Amino acid sequence: MAIRACLGLMILLFSSTISTALFEDQVGLADWHQKYIGKVKHAIFHTQKTGRKRVVVSTEENVVASLDLRTGNIFWRHVLGKIDCIDQVDIALGKSPSKSLLHAPANMNVGKDNLILVFGGSLIHALSSTDGQIVWRKELSTNSLEIQQVFQPRDSDIFYALGFIDSSEFVAYYVNYKNGEVLQQSKASFKSGFCGEASLASNDVVVALDASRTYLVSISFRNGVITFQQTYIPDLIPEFSGKATLLPSKYNGILAVDIASSIVLLRVKGVNELEIIEKINYPSAISDVLPLSKEQQALAILQHDESRIHIKVKFDTDLTNEVLKETIQLDGQRGNVEKVFINNYIRTDRTHGFRVLVVMEDHSLLLVQQGEIVWTREDGLASIVDSTTSELPVEKEGVSVAEVEHSLFEWLKGHFLKLKGTLMLASPDEVAAIQAIRLKSFEKNKMTRDHNGFRKLIIVLTRAGKILALHTGDGRVVWSVLLPVLRESETCGNPFVLNVYQWQVPHHRAMHENPSVLVIGRCGHNFDAPGIFSIVDAYTGKVHNSLVLEHSVRHVMPLPLTDSTEQHLHIVIDDNLHAHLYPKTSDAVKIFLDEMPNVYWYSVEVGKNIIKGYSLEIKGELDMAENVFQPKELWSIVFPSESETIALTATRKMNEIVHTQAKIVADQDVMYKYISKNILFVATVAPKASGEIGSATPEEAWLYAYLIDTVSGRILHRVSHQGAQGPIHAVVSENWVVYHYFNLRAHRHEMSVIEIYDQSREDNKDVWKLVLGKHNLTAPISSYSKPDVTVKSQSYFFTHSVKSMAVTATAKGITSKQLLIGTIGDQVLALDKRFLDPRRSANPTQSEKEEGIIPLTDSLPIVPQSYVTHALQVEGLRGIVTTPVKLESTTLVFSYGVDLFFTRIAPSRTYDSLTEDFSYALLLLTIVALVAALLVTWALSERKELGEKWRYKVQLSVLDE
Amino acid sequence: MGSSRGRSLVLFTLSTLLLVSIAGGLQSDELLQDDEEFGLEGGRPAADPALSIPTRPPIRGRSDPDLPSGSPDSKSVQFSLEHRFGGSGFSPAGTFTARLKSWSHGGQTLTKLRFSRNALTEEEKGAFERLLKEDGYYTIRVPSNVLNAPGRDFIFSSVRARCIPRDSLDEHFVIHTDGVNIMAVNYGSAGACQYPRMLKYPAKWSFTSFTVLKNSEQAPRTPTFAEELLAGEDGLVEGVKPPEKSFWAKYWMYLIPLVFIVLNAMTQAMNMPEEQAAGQSTQAQRAPSTTVRRR
Repeated sequence: MAIRACLGLMILLFSSTISTALFEDQVGLADWHQKYIGKVKHAIFHTQKTGRKRVVVSTEENVVASLDLRTGNIFWRHVLGKIDCIDQVDIALGKSPSKSLLHAPANMNVGKDNLILVFGGSLIHALSSTDGQIVWRKELSTNSLEIQQVFQPRDSDIFYALGFIDSSEFVAYYVNYKNGEVLQQSKASFKSGFCGEASLASNDVVVALDASRTYLVSISFRNGVITFQQTYIPDLIPEFSGKATLLPSKYNGILAVDIASSIVLLRVKGVNELEIIEKINYPSAISDVLPLSKEQQALAILQHDESRIHIKVKFDTDLTNEVLKETIQLDGQRGNVEKVFINNYIRTDRTHGFRVLVVMEDHSLLLVQQGEIVWTREDGLASIVDSTTSELPVEKEGVSVAEVEHSLFEWLKGHFLKLKGTLMLASPDEVAAIQAIRLKSFEKNKMTRDHNGFRKLIIVLTRAGKILALHTGDGRVVWSVLLPVLRESETCGNPFVLNVYQWQVPHHRAMHENPSVLVIGRCGHNFDAPGIFSIVDAYTGKVHNSLVLEHSVRHVMPLPLTDSTEQHLHIVIDDNLHAHLYPKTSDAVKIFLDEMPNVYWYSVEVGKNIIKGYSLEIKGELDMAENVFQPKELWSIVFPSESETIALTATRKMNEIVHTQAKIVADQDVMYKYISKNILFVATVAPKASGEIGSATPEEAWLYAYLIDTVSGRILHRVSHQGAQGPIHAVVSENWVVYHYFNLRAHRHEMSVIEIYDQSREDNKDVWKLVLGKHNLTAPISSYSKPDVTVKSQSYFFTHSVKSMAVTATAKGITSKQLLIGTIGDQVLALDKRFLDPRRSANPTQSEKEEGIIPLTDSLPIVPQSYVTHALQVEGLRGIVTTPVKLESTTLVFSYGVDLFFTRIAPSRTYDSLTEDFSYALLLLTIVALVAALLVTWALSERKELGEKWRYKVQLSVLDE
Repeated sequence: MGSSRGRSLVLFTLSTLLLVSIAGGLQSDELLQDDEEFGLEGGRPAADPALSIPTRPPIRGRSDPDLPSGSPDSKSVQFSLEHRFGGSGFSPAGTFTARLKSWSHGGQTLTKLRFSRNALTEEEKGAFERLLKEDGYYTIRVPSNVLNAPGRDFIFSSVRARCIPRDSLDEHFVIHTDGVNIMAVNYGSAGACQYPRMLKYPAKWSFTSFTVLKNSEQAPRTPTFAEELLAGEDGLVEGVKPPEKSFWAKYWMYLIPLVFIVLNAMTQAMNMPEEQAAGQSTQAQRAPSTTVRRR
């Protein structure tokens, strides 16, 4: 009987989750999905013969994609794994010679089995171009050989492999193309050594740079005889100073050298003869050569002139004249040109036309043809680092709503159509029209705040240092800005973006002031590099304030304090653990000094396995201009490095709101949640098991989970999982932690939950205390009190491995929570927290069932309908962000990776509002019909009554007579 | 149930008897070094209950070395507690004594922690008083490894000085250990610490210390109960069926309205003949009148 009841309950649960899933026609109403590819590294154009106007690109996000040349849309795309870096792409069955890690022979014939040579280090692989099988494989040397160039003279069965051994010896191998046999080998050592790559100048000359990067070394290897010839660069280019770099090029007889201020093109006439062809001033970029015929090759040079770009196309036979000269105008937010790829086409008048594919500094991709930008792709969005949200402006008076809304007639027509749809009277055309109206709803794309708070701006920071504001309605870019301070400059060599925070959120003056965000970066990857600080207007993208800090940035702590202008106070901890207060105003300092005794912070030193807690103190006089505070070490936790290494730390979200501290359990009992903003979850693993799954046996793998109070440094709970190892993902919310890891003993992934309850407030349950006012419910809680906590925990098996985890957040915290799990299939799964309740038991009692406790199962169920991303995939999923809205039942979910996906979900369904497609017209019609029916029946009854009265009167009169 | 319990009791006594008799039969030549420890042998280190000992003058404080010194199983270790009043340097404050037990599988655990605190000197008392006045931090530290102290890192822990005074200075240590390593010390007042903290001096300037030693516990494992569930299902189908309810208990809600309807119909039927009779009489009266009218 109990089993049947359980089953019934399960069926009920499943049916309830089914009803929360989307219908097909609801896709795209509240969600949007955008596909990106990332910053393009290589591009190969399909040749004319194939007839398809496509370009194949490989990117820094490890994506190989084919783009439509006309529109820039993705034709197909493959996202490879994190460690599957693409070094080079080439088309084997076209006419496109390359001389890099990959060698596809130029004289390939379609249909014939040709060999593609792939090389790296001292290995050469020959692959069949028809099926990709390895035909032969040859290790040329056991020494530390680095093959630099592989090339094949036309119509010959041998090829040359050229390389350096230990950067000081030049080697040339003559290898049989068919079987990889080394026919001849010659060596010569060069005493000052080589640096970087070698560039092939002609069929028997290679040019390289020496170790000091001030000499060009031409190496001739004709007939197995190697000779060196050095050229001092300042002799050639008088204004040269510093160090030169050889640009990788595929030119015949032309060499591109990057000196600090410009790019110099040199022609190699012989072994000892170098001639300057052209000097191109920065900022500029040069494309590879494009062979047009046997003798002629073309190359493109792009040069910046403020917001304009000059494009020049030249033939290598005559470099002084341009074949094509165009100028395009760009908006200022794309930065410099980073890479250029050139392609030709035949014009209607049978001459050569050229188009160029341009990769910009902000990772966007442009196609330029006939002096115009044909299309652009905002591919910086494939590398989002951090995001935040901002409210839209309040609807101001004077801005007419009617302009945005449909006319009344349109509105009526729309509702009439909807009504027809509801009553199943609509024709297929009309159904399509209804769908179109729903998708293109003006309501969701307006640039003002809405009643429910669904419309917001998502402000994202990309790796290129660009900030973009996306509208939640349709995901369009509202504004974008490439922060000047985050671009490479003399003061800041290697800028690196870190985070974006909310800086100012005006409430009192919301009509007049715009909110702003704070962007934090660092000049270089080291912790001691100076920090970058920039404040950007959230509505317009205007940069208010931007500076390179004098100190470094280690942590940034947004404080829950605001100054009189509603700017949030932030503490920046530098590399010396000094704390700097921002904004640097006396007002902010005054507010902060009041709260300073209650400010605590901690640092996790992953390498040293130490967590330390600090407070702040002022040593000597406080310098009001600098606002620097010193740390005071309060506590430390040292994990024994021979048995544990820190794998992960997680904390609660600062802005999370908890509705109730009490949890009512079965039998009208109450448990008090231990709710502290200072809980830190730490997971440590055995040092042996810190690698990949399978690197350790179950006996030598373990995982410890800790709950630590970061004010007092107390370990509130410590638990071990034997035979478990990472990768670990965790999420902390309210009084619970859920973490995901791999169980080596069970060969399965597992999810554990820890819930922590406060026992010290247990005596509040006494009603008499409450009546007499002797309870301590309103007393402030101190972290220094001895904690009296109980912990409940449970583990469940989970099918998927996880990429990212998050939890839903709502405005008041009343709605039940769902875990959002980014699965290995790049989808987002919503899992009800009730499934991860540690109080689940195999046979719940009647009262527990009433409370909603699900019978215990071995593993967590995965309901296909509960995928938030429904049929879509967020390729390369990296993060999931949840944002509460004004409507309590709803959460906004933004997930990002290579793709972006946004939707809104209601974990307990929208219990507090009507759905958007609710038919008001039907309601109106029903009311009208009811009123009409009321009137008619009333009139009828009146008439009948009148008739009755007449009859009665007649009767009476008859009686009278 | 009762019978099974009885049976198991009998079995238990039998087996113990058997064991005893074997022990009686076999003259063990094994040297029992420490009876107390023997009882614990084979127990899991993680299952060790936390020990809570309010420390008064140590009873067996330094009596440990009189154990067989060459014992591989357990030895006594000492490590010192140091304290700091606000910004000044650390000074010794007391000594922890514990027994280090070695297990057959190679692990080592600390047990039987004892603590003796040094009495506060006048100078320290002054420093503490100053700390109370300015609501400063009272910081303690212990070495992170009890064996080669103080060669390694220190574990710090701090508390607001005003949290400590009650009648005497009450302090509470929870020492988290992992083998011979100390990972963290939860140090604080023995009870609640009110906020805002009031300035209060203790009646007695001496420490009352409570110490607890904690090892990690194993996470509860998900039971594999799928089989149990299936087995249970077969048994249950045959088992107790809910008692059949009586007809009246099941359908009373339908019966009552039915009775009402029947009653209503009956009363109507009772009234009908009278009404009909009355109606006929009126019609009889009316008929002539109409004829009169027509006229």
